[in-house]
Amino acid sequence: MTRQRPALPFLFALLAVGVVLFPSCRRGGERADLTLAGSTSIQPFADKWAEVFMQSHPDYGVNVQGGGSSAGIQACKSGACQIGMSSRELKGDEKDLVEIVVARDGLAIIVHPSNPVRGVKVAEVKQIFAGDLRNWRFLGGPDRTITVVTREEGSGTRGAFQELVMGKTRIFRGAITEDSNGTVREIVAHDPHAIGFISLGLVNEQVRALDLDGAAASEAHIRDGSYKLVRPFLFVSLGEPTGHSKAFIDFVLSDEGQDLVKKEGLLPVR
Amino acid sequence: MAGAGSKRAGNRLERNDRLVRLALLLVAFSAVSVLLVITIFIVGQGTPIMFKYGLKSFLAGANWYPSEKLFGLWPMIVGSLAVTAGALVIGVPFGLACAIVLTEFSSRRIRRLIKPVIELLAGIPSVVYGFMGVIILVPFIRETFGGPGLSVLAASIILGVMILPTIISISVDSLQAVPPSYREGSIALGATRWQTVKMVLFPAARSGIIASVILGMGRAVGETMATIMIAGNAAEVPRSLLAPVRTLTSNVALEMSYATGEHREALFATGVVLFVIIMILNTVANATSARRRKQP
Repeated sequence: MTRQRPALPFLFALLAVGVVLFPSCRRGGERADLTLAGSTSIQPFADKWAEVFMQSHPDYGVNVQGGGSSAGIQACKSGACQIGMSSRELKGDEKDLVEIVVARDGLAIIVHPSNPVRGVKVAEVKQIFAGDLRNWRFLGGPDRTITVVTREEGSGTRGAFQELVMGKTRIFRGAITEDSNGTVREIVAHDPHAIGFISLGLVNEQVRALDLDGAAASEAHIRDGSYKLVRPFLFVSLGEPTGHSKAFIDFVLSDEGQDLVKKEGLLPVR
Repeated sequence: MAGAGSKRAGNRLERNDRLVRLALLLVAFSAVSVLLVITIFIVGQGTPIMFKYGLKSFLAGANWYPSEKLFGLWPMIVGSLAVTAGALVIGVPFGLACAIVLTEFSSRRIRRLIKPVIELLAGIPSVVYGFMGVIILVPFIRETFGGPGLSVLAASIILGVMILPTIISISVDSLQAVPPSYREGSIALGATRWQTVKMVLFPAARSGIIASVILGMGRAVGETMATIMIAGNAAEVPRSLLAPVRTLTSNVALEMSYATGEHREALFATGVVLFVIIMILNTVANATSARRRKQP
């Protein structure tokens, strides 16, 4: 039995080393000429931009961090990062930062193609997802219970929906929860009585996007401001961007950068 | 001379023996140590937040809204238990019936044919079961009984099928392990084959059959992929068999990708609860089977 004993401290040592090393495995030691921080909704796209940008500019180091929109704006103000990323409009004293819209994220409210309901009011969508409006009958549809499909907590799409439609109201507990845009679309495509929300860029012929307050879910209506479920993805900086920041932002706004955005289901700015 | 040589050889063999024993011990211990590491890690990550917000609000809270710092796991606890119970209701009768038929009422040829097929069933990945559920079972339930289709019922049926191979193969083994003299004695006393099964073989094989049910239950509680795909994952205590349900395992897998900070810790806490539930289920099941074995 005494032979077993040396293994235990060894094991703990291994565990300790693992715990210490694990968080530092992320690319922190990399040389960073440019740091972006902020919205976790923009982060994956910014990572993509940074990756492609660094391929064509091997002498630049771009470091992308999360933290949330507010934290990113604060970090930008304090100079901890050169570019802050925000997925909400600037407010109050944040307005003295320079903001550049780099993409738009539209949300589509989708139903089964056979659903007779063509359009709803945003207020009705809110009632449906709050669990107060449970039957298609009230919307001019068949007398069937609405199958409400939502995204999981923590998802950026859910965050956007919560902010744009629900406000402070909770999405009700009985809503079916899925962990990707694709699964939500899949369920709505097969259930004639389902309703869900996904990124506008991912709507396909399997589902139909509802008109909201009379405006069809299209790029044109987003541009003229009549389709409301859209949020800007902003880059903010302290004063006009120069040097590395300018080069990166120019790339993001170029055709190449905007094509990347389109491929990921967002709306390009131009 | 010869005596000293063989003594030296004996020493060498003894040393080799000790080395092999040590090596085997290390390997065996490393397997157990994985469990230790997992336990330490999950408990270390998951318990602080449980005590911060209070054990009661964690275990009995009905609201799971991590963005509002509400971490009630009650719907998921009920969900896991409901789906597991449903799987047993479906899997146990079918599994036992199949095991009895295979051991007592079928020829050796049929047994040779069916047993490998059942073992093949165990090898099908859970995502395939989930996929079949989504494509066939869920629309069937939606069109026949109403509701969204993604439900307690769908999850129970799929999990019930998934635990069949476990229940069948272990039950078959334990029924076959009953000494032939029991069977012969019972027949000789004039009992029918069914009476023999019911009154002699079943009690004799009881501990093995209970073990098969425990293992099946373990698989049902722990299953994640198939459950996520067909249960609907609504974080609410289901009000009927047709309502969607979220299990503890689904809760972790569903939200792990974007979770940060306390949300992430709460998912580890979900893991702790799952861990405890599985230990309780195993202990209860083991205790029942031990008590029954003592009875004459």
